[in-house]
Amino acid sequence: MVDQNDIVLPIIGLEIHVELDTQTKMFCRCRNRFGDPPNTNVCPVCIGMPGVLPVMNRRAVELSMKVGMALGCQVASVTKWDRKSYWYPDLPKNYQISQYDLPLSSNGLLEVPLADGATKAVRILRAHLEEDAGKNVHDLPSGTGVDLNRAGVPLLEIVSQPDMNSVEEAAAYARTMQRLVRWLGASLANMQMGHMRFEPNINLHITRGGKVHKTPIVEVKNLNSFRSLEGAVAWEIRRQYAAWQEDPEGFTIERQGKQNRGYDDATGQTVFQRGKEEAHDYRYFPDPDLVSVQPDQAWLQAIADSIGELPLARRQRYIDQYRLTFKEADALTQDAPTGDLLDAAVAAGADPKRCVNLMLSRGSAIANERGCSIAQIGLSPAPLAELAIMLHSGQVNATAAAKIFDLMLDGRQTPAAIAAEQGLLAVTEAGEVEAWVDAAIAANPQAAGDVREGGKKAKKAFGFLTGQVMQASRGAANPQQVQEILTRKLG
Amino acid sequence: MSAITDLSAAELAAAIAAGRAGAEEAAKAYLAVIEQREGQIGAFNEVLADRALDEARAIDRRRAAGEPLGPLAGVPVAIKDNLCTAYGRTTCSSRMLENFQAPYTATAVGKLQDAGAVIIGKTNMDEFAMGSSTENSGFGPTRNPWDVSRVPGGSSGGSAAAVAAGMCPAALGSDTGGSIRQPAALCGVVGLKPTYGRVSRYGLVAYGSSLDQIGPLTHDVTDCALLTRVIAGYDRADSTSIPQDVPDYLAAIEKPIAGLRVGLPKEFFSQALDSEIRQAVLAAGEAIKAAGARIVEVSLPTSRVDSDGDGKLSSFAVACYYIVASAEASSNLARYDGVHYGYRTPAKVDDIVDLYCRSRAEGLGAEVKRRIMLGAYTLSSGYYDAYYLKALKVRRLIKNDFDRAFQSCDLLLCPTTPTTAFKLGEKTADPLTMYLADVYTLSVNLAGLPGLSVPAAISAAGLPIGMQLIGPVFSEGRLLQVARAYETATGITRLKPPQ
Repeated sequence: MVDQNDIVLPIIGLEIHVELDTQTKMFCRCRNRFGDPPNTNVCPVCIGMPGVLPVMNRRAVELSMKVGMALGCQVASVTKWDRKSYWYPDLPKNYQISQYDLPLSSNGLLEVPLADGATKAVRILRAHLEEDAGKNVHDLPSGTGVDLNRAGVPLLEIVSQPDMNSVEEAAAYARTMQRLVRWLGASLANMQMGHMRFEPNINLHITRGGKVHKTPIVEVKNLNSFRSLEGAVAWEIRRQYAAWQEDPEGFTIERQGKQNRGYDDATGQTVFQRGKEEAHDYRYFPDPDLVSVQPDQAWLQAIADSIGELPLARRQRYIDQYRLTFKEADALTQDAPTGDLLDAAVAAGADPKRCVNLMLSRGSAIANERGCSIAQIGLSPAPLAELAIMLHSGQVNATAAAKIFDLMLDGRQTPAAIAAEQGLLAVTEAGEVEAWVDAAIAANPQAAGDVREGGKKAKKAFGFLTGQVMQASRGAANPQQVQEILTRKLG
Repeated sequence: MSAITDLSAAELAAAIAAGRAGAEEAAKAYLAVIEQREGQIGAFNEVLADRALDEARAIDRRRAAGEPLGPLAGVPVAIKDNLCTAYGRTTCSSRMLENFQAPYTATAVGKLQDAGAVIIGKTNMDEFAMGSSTENSGFGPTRNPWDVSRVPGGSSGGSAAAVAAGMCPAALGSDTGGSIRQPAALCGVVGLKPTYGRVSRYGLVAYGSSLDQIGPLTHDVTDCALLTRVIAGYDRADSTSIPQDVPDYLAAIEKPIAGLRVGLPKEFFSQALDSEIRQAVLAAGEAIKAAGARIVEVSLPTSRVDSDGDGKLSSFAVACYYIVASAEASSNLARYDGVHYGYRTPAKVDDIVDLYCRSRAEGLGAEVKRRIMLGAYTLSSGYYDAYYLKALKVRRLIKNDFDRAFQSCDLLLCPTTPTTAFKLGEKTADPLTMYLADVYTLSVNLAGLPGLSVPAAISAAGLPIGMQLIGPVFSEGRLLQVARAYETATGITRLKPPQ
């Protein structure tokens, strides 16, 4: 039944759950923190004890509006809270406070850059705020337990339109969203900590013989890595095409509608969970314990003002304005504070390229060691600018700059003071450098001879002598100047 | 000198503050009355005797040390058992919460404690506040002190009966559709349902969250004003509480009522109303008129109470109320599932669904199950628009009716209940008949307004008749003022049931 002329178009939409980086939970003042011992960040409110009432976390609403605005969404003038009922041991009240018909944000657009340099526009249907559930912990000696540390953590659910047509587009959309929410400070978006979870909707539009056939829509639940997302979407595309070829009349959306599947990381396959017959009835209705939210203009404006330049715009600016390569610009726009540091150093008079070299060589290495961003290693704009200027004007060489860079991170001394104290300032006194050169030539007649003869060994010998001089000066000589003098003496 | 238990709450607090009486003495006196009468009445789920005595002694020590005392210092107060207290149990009169010990105290109760009140016990109620007779308690009914073959009303029947029987000078109840005012009327005491949002609901075990409100039950209007002033006020732990200053109700109630316009909603005086109650309420209107107020006729078409073919009452408000309250209840009570809170079946279960089903089947009573089923049904997809959404529209119309009425009057006077206290078991077989016991009170909850029930008269059969005053939001002071004028003019106050 395989037909080489089939045109197979995957139709992919994505629901992304983003845990917001607030100090406290959505409706109580419990700490919002991953990794604490089970049931330590809980209170009567987030565990739904009889008689308690929720109180909205203003910060969570602000962060959600910020994300909505950055996605070009309309932010609702009135938004309310609804109860979504279902029975599950990790859901303390057996209903979840969520938003149903009046989401905080709707109708946005995300421009997603693809590997080939093109961009894909993905429409955003809605982004609503809700409280997270807890977590069932199985395989305990006592059986199954429930950890409610996560119950009540604010969760932003961002729902796209089914605008993606390949694994690559879906993955690029998810990564772009991750960078955006991190950039806005809305979420740490750490996949290992479950800050971001994906639920793709996938089906195929297959054109054969001029007719379009649509396969049943599959929603893959709870994917918590980019790898799983890519694996699940790729598997579904293959599976659905194969299943349709087996049964072109029966395996259709008209006949089978929608089903939920899970993804098994070990096998790379999706498995059936439930079909539409068992679809839930969530019995949504407005939560009578919470009042509706009507953000005033001043509040909305303050949030809009806090957004600033978005990551992709800034990346382009770095390429255009600072003449950075795509790779450099991309590395510096993973999070806002790192780029802010660069901008501040440039504003203080430093050359952008010099700053970027410092940030991406020593800075990047230290950040990697510590598992943090470059902005978090203790770098401040003033010393960064000062060091870049010293480097640019030849006051220090690259080796010395790297040493100074490490020592200035604690902020106790300026780069100039460190250079002076450590004897790292470049020596440009012609007489002194000339003396080191003379000494090096005298001590290495063989090499000096090779340079003079200008044969095959000349280049290597020249480098060797330069190194000897640099060593004698303990790195303080300006290598360019050393080479000039050597050339003059041996040339 | 009259017995210490004859003093009102205000008089008792004054006597204790002045050193003319002791808090411990008062607590002991009331505990003695409870000891004597509880077997007959069944007002309490739990009497907190030891704790009350400790608290009372602490008040006496503070008084002796010259420390400042609150406005209710040493006054024993009973608390409906759906108000959480960090001591004792909070059962909602349900097997489901039979052993529930809350780790926190409801804001309203905390405010009483801060004012020096001595919490003397937790009172019986209809299970989860669902009912109008306190016969739906998981621990047995409460009886009306005026006639122990009759119900005290509900769901705050335990609180009303405790006050009426002289077991405490004041109590707190909760009112979702009339659960303070209806038992107050049937037991001959004063009961106020404050404006929605006036008293924090934090710590009140939720039934119908958009309707529930905590309020006092007392012997007279002055005590009602005193307790209301103590428990009212904004609470940041309750988003629906309203940040508005609490007026000095005690100062307001003694003002003359000359010029106030009192509206009689004609739909509440239809043929459906018991003639003795109609006469009593109309006579009360005359008395209020004689005290200087003007009486005007107004109309509440959406809240009308009719009598249908077979003589039963009918009302849009009752239908609307049972949809809204049950919908919210079905959600609020979902947490009692044998996994999270409450009773868990001892039976061996097949799976988690079986555990949920058996625990709820065994732990909840019939009326609670009925309302959960009703609520889940009206919220389910396909029925939502026809029932829940329609009910919200009716609710809006009811509110509009009141708004219109308050353009031509300052407050409304109407009956609290369609009948005086009925016999135990009389209505338990027919839930719809029972639902009509709140036919005059529940539109007030749907509209979020304050409603006050005060004794109006004693019937020929010797049972109390209540009248209800209803006002615009935050008009508690005005309602209490008119009620106080009625008390003063007629002397009908602090009724004592025959022993």
